[in-house]
Amino acid sequence: MGTTMTRLQPKNRVLAWVEDRLPVLSFLNAHTSGYYAPKNFNLWYYFGSLALLVLVNQILTGIFLTMHYKPSAELVAPGISAAFASVEYIMRDVSWGWLIRYMHSTGASLFFVVVYLHMFRGLMYGSYKKPRELVWILGMLIFLALMAEAFMGYVLPWGNMSFWGAKVIISLFGTIPLIGDSLVEWIMGDYLPADATLNRFFALHVIALPLVLLLLVVLHLGALHEVGSNNPDGVEIKEKKKPDGTPLDGIAFHPYYTVKDIFGTGFFLLIAAFIIFYAPTFGGWFLEHDNFLPANNLATPTHIKPVWYFTPFYAILRMIPSFFGTAVWGVIAMFGAIVLLFLLPWLDKGMVKSVRYRGTGYKVALGLFALSFIMLAAVGAGVTAEKIPEWFGEKADATFIENLFGRFWTLVYFGYFAFIWVYTKFGFEKTKPVPERVTTHD
Amino acid sequence: MFRKIAALLVAGLIGVGVAHASEEGGLEPANIRLDDVASMQRGARLFFNYCSGCHSLRFLRYSRIAEDLKLDPKDVEQNFMFAGGKIGDPVISHMPPEDGAKWFGKAPPDLSLEARSKPEGWIYNYLKSFYVDPSRPLGWNNTLFPNVSMPNALWELQGIQTAVTKPAAEGHDASIEKLELHTPGRQNAEEFDRTARDIATFLQYAGEPAALQRESMGVWVLLYLALFTLLAYLLKHEFWKDVH
Repeated sequence: MGTTMTRLQPKNRVLAWVEDRLPVLSFLNAHTSGYYAPKNFNLWYYFGSLALLVLVNQILTGIFLTMHYKPSAELVAPGISAAFASVEYIMRDVSWGWLIRYMHSTGASLFFVVVYLHMFRGLMYGSYKKPRELVWILGMLIFLALMAEAFMGYVLPWGNMSFWGAKVIISLFGTIPLIGDSLVEWIMGDYLPADATLNRFFALHVIALPLVLLLLVVLHLGALHEVGSNNPDGVEIKEKKKPDGTPLDGIAFHPYYTVKDIFGTGFFLLIAAFIIFYAPTFGGWFLEHDNFLPANNLATPTHIKPVWYFTPFYAILRMIPSFFGTAVWGVIAMFGAIVLLFLLPWLDKGMVKSVRYRGTGYKVALGLFALSFIMLAAVGAGVTAEKIPEWFGEKADATFIENLFGRFWTLVYFGYFAFIWVYTKFGFEKTKPVPERVTTHD
Repeated sequence: MFRKIAALLVAGLIGVGVAHASEEGGLEPANIRLDDVASMQRGARLFFNYCSGCHSLRFLRYSRIAEDLKLDPKDVEQNFMFAGGKIGDPVISHMPPEDGAKWFGKAPPDLSLEARSKPEGWIYNYLKSFYVDPSRPLGWNNTLFPNVSMPNALWELQGIQTAVTKPAAEGHDASIEKLELHTPGRQNAEEFDRTARDIATFLQYAGEPAALQRESMGVWVLLYLALFTLLAYLLKHEFWKDVH
C-alpha cells in the first residue's frame, strides 16, 4: 500500500552524488509522478491544494509584515499604540505594504472559506472513514491550530475589536471552575489584554503556531499518501489494478492534477485579487469598521463579535444558557461542537462512503447540518439580532425569537451527530449499491 | 457543472456584499468617488479651513496629499500648513488634546481613519445632521451622533437647523421627525451637500490613500489573471486528453 519510492538515478553527476546520499528527487517523484490519484475528482477536490496555496501566501506575506510591524501596546500618540501605528505605517508608507497586508488579511478569510469547503467535501464523500481516519484527525488538528492562529493574528493590529475580541475569548477560560480566574490572568500576563498579551500572541502567531501548522500539514499529506485519496464515488481505486501495479482508475498526480490545480489556482486568484483590489474590507466582513479604531479599554464596541469564520461556534456559545450558577456550559458546547467532528469516523458506522450511494436520511441530515452551520453563522454575526425587529416589528421580543432560532439550529448541529450514530448503528440506512469502478470524471 | 458552481460562487460573493450594505440603511447615499480629484481637492481645502484647527490626520503626510491630489507642494505649504513645519510632516492639529478635552468635554479625535471606522456615507450624513439644541453645553446636537461633543463647525456655510419633533407617544420620549433650516447660511442646500460630500471624499481618501493605487491597478491584475486562467485551462485540457 501507499507510495513506493523508486530510486532515481540522475545523469547529472552532482545530482547523482546527492541522490546517493539523500534521495530528495526520488522522494519528490514518489509523491508527485509516482502518486496515483483517482481520475474522477470534481470541483470539490480543488480546495486541498488551494488551502496549501493560501498557507504559503500567509507565510510569505507574514514574513514581510513582521519586518515593519511592532508588537507593542505602548502609546506613541494620545490613544494610539505603536502596534496600531505600525499597521498604518505599513498601509501608507511602506512600498506595496498595503498590498502585502491586504493579501494577508484577505488570505486569512479565504483560508477559512477554502478549509470549510474542504471539510464539507470530506463529509460528503466519507473521506473520514476507514482507512482515512488519521487523515481526518490530522486535518481537524490543522483546523484547531488555524483557529488559534487566526484569533491571535486578529489581535495584532491592536484595534478596538482586537482588544475586546481578545478580552471576550480569553475570558471564556474564566468559566472553568476553580482555576478559571488565575488561568485568564496567566494567559494575558496582566489583568486586561495588554502589552504582555500582545507580545506573546505575536510570538505564537509568527513562530509557534506556523511551525505546528506546517508539521501538521506534512503529516496530513503523509497520511493521505499512505492510504491514497478518496473520490466522489467513495470507491477504493487500489482494489482494481493494472498489470504494472498502478490503479486502473488512478492517474499520476503529476502532471494531471498539478496542471488541473494550476487552473484552479488561476480561478481562485481571480476571486482573491478582486477582493484585494476592490473590496479589501469586504463590506466590513474581512476587516471590521471597529478595528480601524485604536484599542480602548474604556470604549466598548456596540456589538462585540468575532470575525465571520468563528461566528457559528460563537453562536453556540451564546445560545447555551448558564445554569447552576456558571456559564461554563456554553463553553463546553462550543468546544464540543469541534470535538464531535474529531469523533465522526467512529460515530458514523455506515459502510458506504459517498453521499451518492447513501440513504436518503443521510442526505437530508447532511444538508441540514450544512444549513445549521450557515444559520448559526448568521446568529453569531448578529444578522438575526438586526433583522428580527425588521421582520417581526419593533414590539417583538427580539431576544426570545433569536434564542428560539439559534437554539433550534444548535440542536440541529448536534442532532446531526446523534442521528448519524443511530441511523448507521441500528441499520436504518438503506444504501444503494456502490459501483466497482469510479463513474464520472470531468 | 463547473460553470454552474462558479456562477453560484460569484453570485454568493456579491450577495454577501449587498446584504451587508443594507446594514448601513437609513443613511442618505453619499456617492463618494475617489476618482474625482477636484472633489478631493475642494475637500482638502475645506478640511484645512474648518476641521484641522481641532482634528489631526496623524497618519497622513502633507507631501502625500500634494502627490495624490495633484497639488503643487508649494501651494500645500502656503495654504494648508498654517504653522510651518516640513512638507513631509504628518497633519497634526496645533490644539493640545488637554485643552480640547477641557473646551469640548472630549478631545477631538484624530480623523485619519474616521471614514474606515464608520459605515459608508456616515461622515456625509453626520455633517448634515447638526441642529441647535440649547440643552447641550455648546448649543449643538446631531441626529446621527446624539449628544456629540462637537459643535457644527460648518454652520456659516450650512446655516442653522432646528429639530421638528413628533408628539411623544405614550411611554416614549418625543422623537425628532426631521431637521429644518431655520437661518440660511452662505450656501444653499445643494451647495452644502457638495461641501459635505467633498469633505467626506477627502476623509475617505485620508483613510486609505492606497485606494487610489489599488483601484487603478486592480483591473490589470484581473486581466492578467484571466489570461493566465484561460491558458491554464487550455493546458489542462491538452494534458487530460489522455485521460478522457
